[in-house]
Amino acid sequence: MARFGMVIDTKKCVGCMDCVVACKTENNVPEGFNRDWIVQEVIGKYPDLHMEIRSERCNHCDNPPCVSCCPTGASHVHDLGGVVLVNHKECISCKACLASCPYDARFIHPDGYADKCTLCIHRVEKGMNPACVDVCPTHCMYFGDLDDPNSEVSKLLKSRKHHTNIPAAGTKPQIFYLM
Amino acid sequence: MNELTNTRNNLMIDPSMNVWGWEIPVYLFLGGFVAGMMIISGYFLFKGRNKETNCSCFYLPLISFVLLSAGMFTLFLDLEHKLYFWRLYTTFKIASPMSWGAWILILIYPILFVNILLRPPGFLLKKIQRLNSISEKMNAHPYLVKNIGVISMLAGAVLGIYTGVLLSSLGARPLWNTSILWVLFLVSGLSSAAAFVHMIAKDVYERELLAKADNGFLTLEIFVIILMITGLLTSSEAHIQAAELILSGPFAASFWVFVVTVGIIIPLFIQLLAVNHKIKHTPIAPIMVIAGGLILRFVIVSAGQYSHWSHEFFK
Repeated sequence: MARFGMVIDTKKCVGCMDCVVACKTENNVPEGFNRDWIVQEVIGKYPDLHMEIRSERCNHCDNPPCVSCCPTGASHVHDLGGVVLVNHKECISCKACLASCPYDARFIHPDGYADKCTLCIHRVEKGMNPACVDVCPTHCMYFGDLDDPNSEVSKLLKSRKHHTNIPAAGTKPQIFYLM
Repeated sequence: MNELTNTRNNLMIDPSMNVWGWEIPVYLFLGGFVAGMMIISGYFLFKGRNKETNCSCFYLPLISFVLLSAGMFTLFLDLEHKLYFWRLYTTFKIASPMSWGAWILILIYPILFVNILLRPPGFLLKKIQRLNSISEKMNAHPYLVKNIGVISMLAGAVLGIYTGVLLSSLGARPLWNTSILWVLFLVSGLSSAAAFVHMIAKDVYERELLAKADNGFLTLEIFVIILMITGLLTSSEAHIQAAELILSGPFAASFWVFVVTVGIIIPLFIQLLAVNHKIKHTPIAPIMVIAGGLILRFVIVSAGQYSHWSHEFFK
């Protein structure tokens, strides 16, 4: 079974926010909310500074606390590629999933349900990439099956140093950042 | 230097999480308060005090019924998808403490109702006169009454424990992610309930007993707080940062002044004087204990939402 994930090359990302705009357009994300965003992290001491720019979103964790804490089963892992999704009609909006996410990736949609990145599952089901991946002008984002050793994402993870966000939280994120 | 710049500005999420407002702390407090009253009422039934005319075990279940309903109403108010609340009862998710809680709350009601049947209030008796004969039959069986007491104590303990587990299971918030939180909430619920019964009890023996018990609960609460902070300070960087939120951070003043000093130390001192007959019993101390219990939930819920694994968020 496929295990979808993303690999983002922080050496190529310039933080242009095209991915943010593409996501909002593709998914009709309401004004004032974001399913993905840009984080710029500066580490070190002048003049030895290191800067990393990351396009962040729901990490579609392999051990998703938002799914286990959901009292109605609205938050679930999709059969296709282990993508973490929310069934809007089952969500009572208790906000437990928001509190359980170490990445603060979820928000309450103005229509009253928990919302977040879906990895554009409606596009992926048609064999397409998520909108953010296709629109990236520096081609820094890669989408694919992490369980397939011949996929581009698997090859990149084998050949390049990488990290995930807050690994200490124990959620096993499926979004990887190349260093 | 480790500086983060984030373009995200989601409502209730940024700059720090604030998804649960006043409703959840009030609900957690009322849940713990009712749990404490059920344990106290159950204990009196177990001890056979239902033979006493003024036993608080006769009116505590009705008060619990009203307060638990108020707590469930605040929970309902917190939901953004209010009309979908019934979905909680279409499934049971074993890994979700909130699902457990929803079903525990439903199980508490029949237990409270059986307790109420032991001496139904006047307005119920006027409407349903058969209740009187049911009550007489129940009270004629001491073992049945004792068993109702034991079940009430167990159900109260489960309810009190659940209010803490609900938060401590959310590993993303380091301040909540401590396995002793349920002990703190249970002891705090017991001390608030003991203070309340101490304040309203008609029976002198019960008033004295619960003032003494409350002193014990308050002393225990201090130890539990010390253990919780010690546990956090000896854990990961994120947990140390979380402990500092209530030790020296933005929540320190409300925690040490209102929860510890006003809610525990001063009433403990007053009640120690009262049980040693140095001063008369006063409602001031119980009111302080109850207010302290409520503020404890507000501080823990607010500070917990503020705590984060990525400690750059604290800067």
